[in-house]
Amino acid sequence: MEPMIHIQLSVNGKKVQVQVPARQTLVDFLRYGLELTGSHIGCEHGSCGACTVRLDGDIVRGCLVLAAQADGAQVETIEGASDDGSLADLQATFHTRNALQCGYCTPGILLTAQELLATNPAPTRTEIRKFLSGNYCRCTGYQAIVDAIESVAISRRGAVAS
Amino acid sequence: MTETSLHAILDRPNSYIGRSVPRPNVRRLLQGRGTYVDDIRLPRMVHVAFVRSPYAHARIEAINTVAAVKCPGVVAVVTGAELATYCTPWVGVLSHLEGLKSQPQHAIAVDKACWQGEAVAAVVAETRAQAEDGAECVQVQWRELMPVVDMERALDAETSVIHEDLGDNLAWERSFEAGDVDTAFSTCTVVDEVFSFGRHTGVTLEPRAILASFEAAEEQLTVYHSGQAPHMMQNIFATHLGLQEHNVRVICRDVGGSFGIKVHAYADEMAAVALSVMLRRPVKFIADRLESFLSDIHARDHRIRARMAISDDGHIRAIEIDDLTGIGPFSVYPRTSGIEANQIVNLTGAQYTCKNYRATTRVVFQNKVPMCQYRAVGHPIATAVTEGLVDAAAAAIGMDPVAVRQLNLIADDSYPCKAPTGLSFERLSHQRSLKKLLELMDYDGLRAEQARRRADGVYLGIGIATFIELTNPSAMFYGVGGARISAQDGCTLRLDAKGSVICTSGVTEQGQGTEAVMAQVTATAVGVPLDRVRVILGDTDVTPYGGGTWASRAAGIGGEAAVQAGKALRSQILEVAGIVLQSDPAKLDIREGRVVDMADGRDRVGLDEIARIAYYRADTLPKDFQSELVATRHYVPKQYPFAFTNGVQASWLEVDIETGFVTLLKHWAVEDCGTVINPQLVDEQVRGGVVQGIGAALFEHCLYDAQGQLLNGSMMDYLTPMAAEMPDIEVAHIETPTDDSELGAKGAGEAGTAGAPAAVMNAINDALRPLNARLNAHPATPERILAALGIVTET
Repeated sequence: MEPMIHIQLSVNGKKVQVQVPARQTLVDFLRYGLELTGSHIGCEHGSCGACTVRLDGDIVRGCLVLAAQADGAQVETIEGASDDGSLADLQATFHTRNALQCGYCTPGILLTAQELLATNPAPTRTEIRKFLSGNYCRCTGYQAIVDAIESVAISRRGAVAS
Repeated sequence: MTETSLHAILDRPNSYIGRSVPRPNVRRLLQGRGTYVDDIRLPRMVHVAFVRSPYAHARIEAINTVAAVKCPGVVAVVTGAELATYCTPWVGVLSHLEGLKSQPQHAIAVDKACWQGEAVAAVVAETRAQAEDGAECVQVQWRELMPVVDMERALDAETSVIHEDLGDNLAWERSFEAGDVDTAFSTCTVVDEVFSFGRHTGVTLEPRAILASFEAAEEQLTVYHSGQAPHMMQNIFATHLGLQEHNVRVICRDVGGSFGIKVHAYADEMAAVALSVMLRRPVKFIADRLESFLSDIHARDHRIRARMAISDDGHIRAIEIDDLTGIGPFSVYPRTSGIEANQIVNLTGAQYTCKNYRATTRVVFQNKVPMCQYRAVGHPIATAVTEGLVDAAAAAIGMDPVAVRQLNLIADDSYPCKAPTGLSFERLSHQRSLKKLLELMDYDGLRAEQARRRADGVYLGIGIATFIELTNPSAMFYGVGGARISAQDGCTLRLDAKGSVICTSGVTEQGQGTEAVMAQVTATAVGVPLDRVRVILGDTDVTPYGGGTWASRAAGIGGEAAVQAGKALRSQILEVAGIVLQSDPAKLDIREGRVVDMADGRDRVGLDEIARIAYYRADTLPKDFQSELVATRHYVPKQYPFAFTNGVQASWLEVDIETGFVTLLKHWAVEDCGTVINPQLVDEQVRGGVVQGIGAALFEHCLYDAQGQLLNGSMMDYLTPMAAEMPDIEVAHIETPTDDSELGAKGAGEAGTAGAPAAVMNAINDALRPLNARLNAHPATPERILAALGIVTET
């Protein structure tokens, strides 16, 4: 039989205790174990960024972390970050600026953008492009995504200043 | 405004045509709550993984499945011969590509594998991981055969023939000649170039995905498909699985990118569906990234020798091309692998007035991944060849490349007209588009900056590319050749019981904004607010029959069907309103979801009230009247076989002559897609398309070794455009609507990809020109640029 490991972790603020296959990646566990399908699988070798999730506050590639490694950790996915409202301005601006087409890369890009703005509230366009360099988008050509993030950065700074 | 004109779609009050409204149905994607195929789980669902050939060309001597069957979770191990009893083979030919031949292709290879990555056995298990474990335990006894790898040698006598039944490796050839080509070449300045276009592929972020569920009792098949053409696939599944077409339902929910990659019948997807019939339970197949590189169709792979004759005063006198393309071992079903070569013959030089044209193409089989239609099919190649020749010819006679284009582009007042190959152009705007581009980019200013910086040893380049694009195809594209691919499309609009409008159509959404376009046109044509329209696409049980979304057809064809359905539904609603209000329906209109007096806009009654009366209180309507609040209309272009569009792009870049690296500084695109329904969506289609074209020009290349092994089949090794290397792209429009439809919209989805490679390559050569270096090999990698400069020897 397939070796199983018992893990206990927090996913989007909810406690989860479960047996997982020892070889299962975190993104497979989230998608197929918990049916949180917002984290997408694009390459399974850490290139495309579609599976980006937060692990103890930092964004990671869900395909390069084993579920077993998340034992004791706090995991946040796009579903959790959507429900707590923290991405609402990014999501609204991505919508109005059409910074998504097929939407498959979008959850990963939103979480990456949120991390950028948390660490650098006033990024230049070049800095935005560099920070996104690990997130592949085949549809948009990236410009609308850069525009949207730049615009949210400006409005968040305005909100802080006022 | 007259009453008559108020009925024309472009004159409607409160119009959404031409407005950059946000797309409907995407909030779920922003929250990770879309429904891509892999997100769907059905009861008793099992997963399939394929045993794929490690060799480019090898006979299957024996397959031993004993160990695989014993693996935990494995439900079945199935070979090609076993599956062939459930799924008949297919041949990807079209009768209008006369002479095109191919070999029957099976869902799983039966006797031999013809490319590295072709599936030779299927393992079905409870989980994908268990299926992969089982696949590793399948033992195949192989006998290696000599692979045909280099397309240049595919027709040599000493090269093995892949399909002996076909006699040789030539799939198709076409020659065309018009005018007096030889005289022009013997009397003018001639440039003679060889262009090459490497294989690349689509790399949709969501890999190919399919989930098939067969209900044995009623012989009903439901297929959730990450695809572009549900009705086409319905026909194919029914035909090859021996089912009634009306018992096959194909559903395309959210699709994670397609670009033409997902509009073909893939053997492994056919196998997954056949396995569902065989096992009588849902079977899911999700390609992983490594098998995507080995099984998604590849594109391009052309070598073209091209010549242009130009007079001393800059008139293009003749163009000649000799194209060779390798398509892998099979012509892909059902669109064939001959279309791209055919497009190159048709499109090369067609933006210019030159009438002397000779073209040859040969399409050959080889043992590589099958090649077929990917975004902009043939256009990037025809454009790069044409525009590369123009730049070379301009340099040869010492003229500015823009001046040569201005002199030779078909004048805006000379339409309708025909290309030498017979293509009909209704109305294009090459000259106005070029003029707009030059203003947008400040061409003269950039030339001055280029000269100034060159003095500092900085090599900047400007590249221009004009082009035409085939959109809104009629049945002349596929139907005439026997393919069951619908050129017409339908739209059904239904008033719901609260006065909102439900729109269903055969066109499909893969992120380009089809749903937005259909909603905008519907809202405008009926006269309701945008948020009162719900669009439902991608379900053969639900939508009118149609072709789906490909060849830049959704807005132009689906949109026109929505215009006509919207007008019909408006009339139906006003008929009821006329009775309720005891008014002449011709004197009423619908605006903002309410019935108003046509003349002065005075509010009369809401659509919710009309729906309430029609659906719940029909007893209050006359006995001889039956309300009909649903309308279906279909549309197919009739006057012209294709709605050609035009565009022009420019690239501004720097070449580092020590490293060969290219830095893209800026890109401009002027696009004429007729009526612009949603400017932001068109701009983003152009931008995304440009970046795919940049990928082809600079990065993307499926590299093979001499044995036909793909060397870079992962996202670590295959380079795609990423955010940091891409420039900002400025987009502008000229609007020349087609008179073939009331809406006047032509396609825009492929224009970016059509023009960008030519613009980038011309800019690189413009930068290198003072160094007497030139290259025509796509992608223009640093190594190739340094080789062109004589600094390194290309490996």
